[in-house]
Formats: sequence, structure tokens, C-alpha cells
Amino acid sequence: MAANPMNQFEVYRIGPEIKIGTFDISFTNASLFMIVSSFAILFIFNLGSKKKSVIPNKIQLLAELSYSFVAKMISDTAGSKARPYFAFIFSLFMFVLFCNMFGMIPYTFTVTSHIIVTFMLAAFIFIGVTIIGFIKHGFGYLKLFVPSGVPLVLLPLIVVIEIISYLSRPISLSVRLFANMMAGHTMMKVFGGFVVSLGIVGGWLPLSFSVALTGLEILVAFLQAYVFAILTCIYLNDALNLHH
Amino acid sequence: MIKKIFFQSIFFNFLFFREVFAAESGGMPQLNPEFWVSQIFWLIITFGILYIVLSKFILPKISSNLELRKSQIQENIETAEKQREISEVKLKEYDEIILKSKLEAKNIFKNAREKVIKDINKKKEILDKQIDEEISNAEQEIKTLKRDATDKINKIAIETSSDLLKKLIGTEINNSSISAIVDDLSKKNKDKYYGS
Repeated sequence: MAANPMNQFEVYRIGPEIKIGTFDISFTNASLFMIVSSFAILFIFNLGSKKKSVIPNKIQLLAELSYSFVAKMISDTAGSKARPYFAFIFSLFMFVLFCNMFGMIPYTFTVTSHIIVTFMLAAFIFIGVTIIGFIKHGFGYLKLFVPSGVPLVLLPLIVVIEIISYLSRPISLSVRLFANMMAGHTMMKVFGGFVVSLGIVGGWLPLSFSVALTGLEILVAFLQAYVFAILTCIYLNDALNLHH
Repeated sequence: MIKKIFFQSIFFNFLFFREVFAAESGGMPQLNPEFWVSQIFWLIITFGILYIVLSKFILPKISSNLELRKSQIQENIETAEKQREISEVKLKEYDEIILKSKLEAKNIFKNAREKVIKDINKKKEILDKQIDEEISNAEQEIKTLKRDATDKINKIAIETSSDLLKKLIGTEINNSSISAIVDDLSKKNKDKYYGS
């Protein structure tokens, strides 16, 4: 059973089955790790914002550094108009980052390795960004699909391509995160299985691979959270500052 | 033969693995929609709570703290700048005072020097005058002495010659006749002795 590398992604019920109508909303291991991640974020940032000392201690420095990191990321990509969406992007980045990082602890569950979770986040971002765009620019937002300086002959083709690329944003955004997480964790599991099957004689090579992969996966966990947040910023930038 | 067995074993293995996968999980658990609604529900709840708490309570605190620090640092920089300016002004004043006092010292030194030189010159002049006077006095004395000397010499010559004549001849001879002779002689020899 443990040899199956996909087993770690299995969702199972914790506690009783809860149903609203026909929908099953039971508390699962996925829900548990969502709550754990959220509470970890809230705990750390609450601790980091409690004291208002001029010279920060370590946890306060951590909170302030991540605050200014996300703030800089937003102002670099989406400009000053994106200021009201700072809290959302900050919580999004932290949520994805903490879910990814909690998944790196052995025997835990990676929330972001499930397509439905990442797709929900991406779909929410997509719908939100589209609404913001239409509110800010009215029907002028449709100019996003008509890039300037394109020959008139190519225009129908370009518009179709632009619309497809726009509509595929939530899919690419969600699949990128989900696939990265799933592939990394599967690979680590496979190498872990090799360690067991090759035993004490030949198991050292896959073990060293596994150690190296752990480092890589921690990097990927951070990087994917960053990419997710920065792509959100870029989409937001398209909606706020119509450049085309 | 060996090759055939090898490929067969790979093929069978592949079949076997496929069977194992199919038996255990039926592919990716991510595509099993059994818990999708549950995951969506809990995602909305946890992320919603996270977003609300972060945006309402925690992020404003962090941002206000950052602003506070920024303003405090700015204030400190400003006060430091002010103090620097003050110290610069003071330094300038100090430099001016030093320059002034240097000039003053120079002036005092100059005045003192001039005074000393003047005094020295005055004293020198006085001394020179004194020396000149003394020299002229001495010259006059010499002159009078010179003048008197011939008379005295004449007198001595007259007396000695009269004494000598008395001893030689034994008779008193009139002094006036001797003096006439001495005068005559001394006038003759005066040029020889004094070179006048």
C-alpha cells in the first residue's frame, strides 16, 4: 500500500459524515491542513504584529519583511492602483506558501496538490479580475483582446487567440501549481520507495536523491507560491491599467 | 532468447503495475470527485477567515508599525540634520573667533615690535648723542691740552734752562731773555713736533 506514490494524495474523512442537502462537506485531512496552515499564518503574523517596537524582534521582523516583500511585488507588477487588493494577494500568497510548506513535512497532506483547490483559487481570481476590469473600464475592457499595432488582416485571428489565452488563465494558473506540487511529491515518494526496496546495500543513492529533492521541493514550494501571487498581480494589472 | 525473456518480463511487469494502480486507487485521487465539494467548502471557510482576520486586524497593525518606524526614522534624521547644521554654524563661529584672535595676536605682536624698535632707536639716538658729546668734549679737552701743552713745555723749558744756566754759569739770568729764546725755538720746532 505504501509503495503507491499516489496514496499520499488520498482524501479521507476525519470524524463523522456531514451533509448539506446532497453535498458532502465532511471534515477531511485536506480541511485539517487548510485550517492548520491558516492558523499557522494567523499565529505567526499575530505574534509579529503584537509589539510595536522600533527595533523589531525576530518574529516581528519576519512579519514585516513578508509584508514589505508582498507590497513590493504588488507595486512592481500592478502599480499603486492595486493597493486595495494587497490584503487579498498577501493572504493568497501566504496561504499557498504555507500549504506547500506544510506538505513538505513527512506524513502530512498537501492541500495545493489537489486540482480542485488550486482551480477554485484560480477561478476566484479570474472572475474577480474580470469583474474589476469591467467595473474600471466598462466595455472598454474588451480592448484587452485587441492589441494595438496589429495588421487588420491578422486581427480576427489575434482576437481569437487573445480570448482563448484569457480564458485559459485560470486553468494554466491552477494546473501549474497543482502539477508542480503533485509531481514533486510523487517523485519524492518514488525515490523513498526505492530506498526501501533496494535496502541497506543500494538504498543510499536514492536516499541522497531524496534528500536533494527535499531541498528542491522546498524551493519549488516557495517559488510556486510566488509565481501564483505574481501572476495574480499581473492579471490584476491588466484589469487595472489597460495597456493595449 | 534472453532478450525475449527480458522484454516479456518488462511487459508483464508493466501489466502488473497497471493492475496494482487500478486496484489500489483507480488513478489520481485528485480526479475523484467524492470530496470536491468538501474541499471547496473548507477552502472558502478557511481562506475567508484568513483573509478577513489578516485584512482587518493584522495587516493594518503591521503597516501602521512600519509607517511609525518610517516616520520616527525620518524624524530622527531630521533632528540629526538640524543638529548638524547647528554644529556647522558653531564651527564656523569658532573658526571666525580663532581667525580674529589670530589677527589680534598678530597686531599685538606687531605693535609690540614696533614699540620696541622705536624704543631701541630712541635709546640709540640718545646714546649716539651722548657719545658724540663726549667725543666732542674729549676733543675740546685734547685741543685745550694741546694748546696748554706748548705753554707748559715752554715754561718747563724756561725753568730748566734757567736752572741749568745757573748751575753752569752761576749767575742769575733774566727769565725774559730765556723765554724769548725758548719761544723762538719752540716756534721753529713746533711744526716738527705737532705737524700743524
